[in-house]
Amino acid sequence: MSLSNAAHSIVEPSISTRRFAGSLVVLYAIITMIPLIWIVLTSFKSPDDAISYPPKILFTPSLEGYCNLFTTRSRQTPEFIKTLGPPQGLCDGIARDRNMVIAGPSNYVPRFVNSLIIAFGSTVLAVALGTLSAYGFSRFRVPLKDDLLFFILSTRMMPPIAVAIPIYLMYRTLGLSDTRLGMILLYTSVNVSLAVWLLKGFIDEIPREYEEAAMIDGYTRFQAFVKVVLPQATTGIAATAIFCLIFAWNEYAFAVLLTSGNAQTAPPFIPIIIGEGGQDWPAVAAGTTFFLVPIVVFTVLLRKHLLRGITFGAVRK
Amino acid sequence: MNDLSASSQIIHRAVLVRPGVVRRIRGLSDKALAWLFITPTIVLLLAINIFPLVWTIYLSFTNYRANRANAPTKWLGGEWYQSILTDPDVWAAMQVTAHFVIWTVVIETVLGFGLAFLIDKKFRGHGLWTTIILLPMMLSPAVVGNFWTFLYQPQIGLFNYVVAFLTGRDASSFQMLGDVTLSPWAIVIVDAWMWTPYVMLICLAGLRSIPDYLYEAAEVDRASKWRQFWSITLPMALPFIMLAVLFRGIENFKMFDMVNLLTGGGPGSTTEVASITLKRAAFESWRTGYSSAFAIILFVTVFGLANIYVKALNRVKSR
Repeated sequence: MSLSNAAHSIVEPSISTRRFAGSLVVLYAIITMIPLIWIVLTSFKSPDDAISYPPKILFTPSLEGYCNLFTTRSRQTPEFIKTLGPPQGLCDGIARDRNMVIAGPSNYVPRFVNSLIIAFGSTVLAVALGTLSAYGFSRFRVPLKDDLLFFILSTRMMPPIAVAIPIYLMYRTLGLSDTRLGMILLYTSVNVSLAVWLLKGFIDEIPREYEEAAMIDGYTRFQAFVKVVLPQATTGIAATAIFCLIFAWNEYAFAVLLTSGNAQTAPPFIPIIIGEGGQDWPAVAAGTTFFLVPIVVFTVLLRKHLLRGITFGAVRK
Repeated sequence: MNDLSASSQIIHRAVLVRPGVVRRIRGLSDKALAWLFITPTIVLLLAINIFPLVWTIYLSFTNYRANRANAPTKWLGGEWYQSILTDPDVWAAMQVTAHFVIWTVVIETVLGFGLAFLIDKKFRGHGLWTTIILLPMMLSPAVVGNFWTFLYQPQIGLFNYVVAFLTGRDASSFQMLGDVTLSPWAIVIVDAWMWTPYVMLICLAGLRSIPDYLYEAAEVDRASKWRQFWSITLPMALPFIMLAVLFRGIENFKMFDMVNLLTGGGPGSTTEVASITLKRAAFESWRTGYSSAFAIILFVTVFGLANIYVKALNRVKSR
């Protein structure tokens, strides 16, 4: 293929141009990856290696960061530790080498579970509401349609702190402060605008003729929606759901201002993982790594729809 | 017809009685269905966005304090608005915000467009590398901001080490987060690292939308590559670049999470962007009325930008 020039248009870049462009992009990609790689490396370092100067690239891997992430430990005298039986499991052994015993599980798992429940709960709600509205806006003549759509979008333009003030007061009155339900409703209201805009784009692309044919066959409009439109829109719905999931998963401003214990998610929790004598960087790195992995997977899954998602459906390919 | 539900069969019988309305009555009418589908979303947004907004407007005219909910509330009129617009601290915060927004947008646009231009050359493996470049923008800004504080540590941080290695300075001789002149740039660097891919992705769509025949015609006319870039590439991609600029502008105007974790507005108030000033007033000194007025001012500003955005968006769409 490389030998035949027949298929080449005169505007195709030459091979040397491509190589040059490619090497610059690869260089940028490598530089941009260094902070992320550093997070993952740090999570496998011992606390001493993590804060050594110069920074260590080669080190003996340790699971101490992950152990510290999931447990709380208390300092004991070596004499007391000798009276205990053999260490139970890897983490117990690591802790005893530092004259500590494991006192119990840390709060990371409950915070992570909160993140999961709140992200999935709000995503399901936002996508369900968004699909219905998007179909309504896509297919029917709705009075003031453009104004309503702009209104839905504009709710996303508010600075989160500005919204948090009255939400804080409202939730305090309603007893929704620091509850998962409160956070689910809040994230749903933020995500629904994205869901409506994205899904309207996806549904607009499904030909109306499909439903009209179904309705001539005796389906009601609602049945046509459920049995014809929804299956056609599956990809769009899945992409929208992942975008909502990522937003709720990453959100920090509302979470840090409106939750404290019960409903706190992982983003406000990870920065306050403290070890003895300051921040426990390997544990913070471990918590960060654990938290970022799902997003990396989702990014790879979403890559074809990313553009649409980040522009509210304004740019399609 | 087997799967018709009982209720719609009843409607069918009703239809038999009045054959004139067969079409409209089968199932719900389109109009009823449209409202049934749209109302839940509108109700949710009214309850969780609009009602609080109206409440904020009301509070912005009072001396209400959220930590003294039982104290009598006094109507103050536009006093807060007047004091905010004449408060030098607010203007300082606006300047910090402007510095942050302008520099991040400029750097991200130049780098993002440059990257998109290179990726558009379709070298081998460009899909894979594009996905890798996109990763930072998908991550949680708070978690990322928190981790950059580690990279910026003066003694042990990787960033300082690399800068020291490249410039020959001592790694502990400068503090990215603790220095009055460096900290505004520290937040710009992290934001640019995170969001350059965003601009890149939108610009790439713009470049790919340019039809090949324009370049072919230019080649036939022997226009130089330089000329082609200024007369075809840039004008054709411009609406997309504008879209990216507006989106980044609005987002960074609202910036809170990343900066809050990196510097918390410090040292002093050198990185105190508007959202952090607002947070301090609302949730640390509990001046609810004052912060409500400030929130409304910020919202009106963003809303103005949003209006411009929608117009630009429609222009992109109509192409």
